[in-house]
Amino acid sequence: MSLRSGPPLPRRKPPAPEPSSPLVRRRPETFKSEALRAGILSLLFLLVLIGIWHVATLQKEQPAGANDEYAKLMGKGAVKTTGFPTPAQMGETALKQLSDPFYDKGPNDKGIGVQLGFSLARVGLGFALAALVAIPLGFVIGMSPLIYRALDPFIQVLKPISPLAWMPLALYTIKDSSISGIFVIFICSVWPMLLNTAFGVAGVRREWLNVAKTLEVNAVRKAFLVILPAAAPTIMTGMRISMGIAWLVIVAAEMLVGGTGIGYFVWNEWNNLSLTNVIFAILMIGVVGMLLDLVFGRLQKFVTYVE
Amino acid sequence: MAFLDIQGLSRRYAGRDGKLFAVFEDVSFHIDKGEFVCIVGHSGCGKTTILNVLAGLDQASAGVVVMDNREVAGPSLDRGVVFQGHALMPWLSVMKNIAFSVKSRWPEWNRTEVSLHCQKYIDLVGLTGAEQKKPSELSGGMKQRVGIARAFAIQPKMLLLDEPFGALDALTRGVIQDELLKICAAMHQTVFMITHDVDEAILLADKILLMSNGPGAAIAEIVVNTMPRSRTRNDIHHDPQYYRIRNHLVDFLVNRSKRFQSGTGGERPKQPPVVRPGLEIDASPLQSRVQSASDKVTPLVVNRKH
Repeated sequence: MSLRSGPPLPRRKPPAPEPSSPLVRRRPETFKSEALRAGILSLLFLLVLIGIWHVATLQKEQPAGANDEYAKLMGKGAVKTTGFPTPAQMGETALKQLSDPFYDKGPNDKGIGVQLGFSLARVGLGFALAALVAIPLGFVIGMSPLIYRALDPFIQVLKPISPLAWMPLALYTIKDSSISGIFVIFICSVWPMLLNTAFGVAGVRREWLNVAKTLEVNAVRKAFLVILPAAAPTIMTGMRISMGIAWLVIVAAEMLVGGTGIGYFVWNEWNNLSLTNVIFAILMIGVVGMLLDLVFGRLQKFVTYVE
Repeated sequence: MAFLDIQGLSRRYAGRDGKLFAVFEDVSFHIDKGEFVCIVGHSGCGKTTILNVLAGLDQASAGVVVMDNREVAGPSLDRGVVFQGHALMPWLSVMKNIAFSVKSRWPEWNRTEVSLHCQKYIDLVGLTGAEQKKPSELSGGMKQRVGIARAFAIQPKMLLLDEPFGALDALTRGVIQDELLKICAAMHQTVFMITHDVDEAILLADKILLMSNGPGAAIAEIVVNTMPRSRTRNDIHHDPQYYRIRNHLVDFLVNRSKRFQSGTGGERPKQPPVVRPGLEIDASPLQSRVQSASDKVTPLVVNRKH
């Protein structure tokens, strides 16, 4: 909403289309100040969190004593750390990783951007395949109560299976770890989209279909111009849920499959005992997941209509 | 043959106990070209079902509907429908809602042709300036205007209106009634309309079908509106005929509609009687007002002010 200048009306009016309505005019202002305050509060929380982290990982001075020699033998100095990285170390790692995210120095040393790219490509491919299957099938299920009833037992049994449980079967039949990863993404993102599409299509208002009927609209036109836009908000909700699940699953899948991807990166850095990199990767997973959700949130807003 | 002919129309549903029960039974009437016909009756007597059968959205259990010498079977662009709840697509703007029907009617038209045609009907219903608004930004009256424009825009041979003004406030309703009347007169539109509002029926209709209560409802009477077609909302109540017709309709709805119920009557006439209460000078017993449909040529017709 943009700020419009205009004479403020004396009385509050319901949200009318008039741009000079006081509600429309005032809302961004209050919203803005609240957003500002919330932002400041968020920043404060972050600082407190980092502060606690910093204190918890403070280096402890150790009195010189009998252990000195032992410590030296172990290749450590007199200073003992808790092992958990400090915020400063984290910052250093993050800066290093982010300054060169796309380097590729062999199978076990790739930049964070490259690894995230692999994961995103797998998620994107698996998700797209799932959408290609789930949305048309959901249309059919939503239109036909008979097919819904016939397929319901299958869906109910298949839906609660952890997508990773499919992994051995996928590896055995597909014989390619990368494609198996994509398959796992496919299988986990297909259900929310399928069910939401079916639900949305089944719930299209009778009167809109009647309008199409009286206008002798053919089936294809009806599907694309009436049912799809009518069910789009529900379908998009399903897609958003699917994407969330897919991003959760990809990390686990790549830990299993190995090779490339952010999940593999996390596991590899754990094997390297590089906790700073593990923590950094965890943060990146969170940030990318948030961005994905943001994109689908925007798409959802785009197709939502007010009745 | 009349423009629209309905013969022995019935609609039966299977009840919960498996027995068939008829919403309406053996309904016959006809509508001439350019005629405005209202159907009045209590809720549940099957008015909407009749309209749905005419629209092709529902199938009759028995009987035929013939329009323009062709049997009505299934929906057709020849019949435009204005739905009770406006039924606009909320994700489309006013212009696009109307364009949806225009493109259905003339798929070969290009974009400019479609938008010019839509604009004409948007102007007609007085919505100029609201073309790009979504239905949620419109008032109830404006939404119903869009519904009317959408139905008119396909230039149907017949317009079917299912209680189009039911959800509107009295003021808006009056304004849109006047506009509808004007448009219909200008286009010689044949209209079949459902209403609960007796005054609305008298203002708009040339012929008012009175429906008895369901189940097993039927057309009990056909009331001819004998007032001149130039009547308007403002002067209609100055015409002495208005009260006679109104009293007749209200009397039917309050007292007589129940008596026609199936089972009690038994010997229902094949064609409902045609009455002209507006031309009756005194409030004489019902019998004298009722004329059978067969003797259409009565001296009363001569008296019609046209």
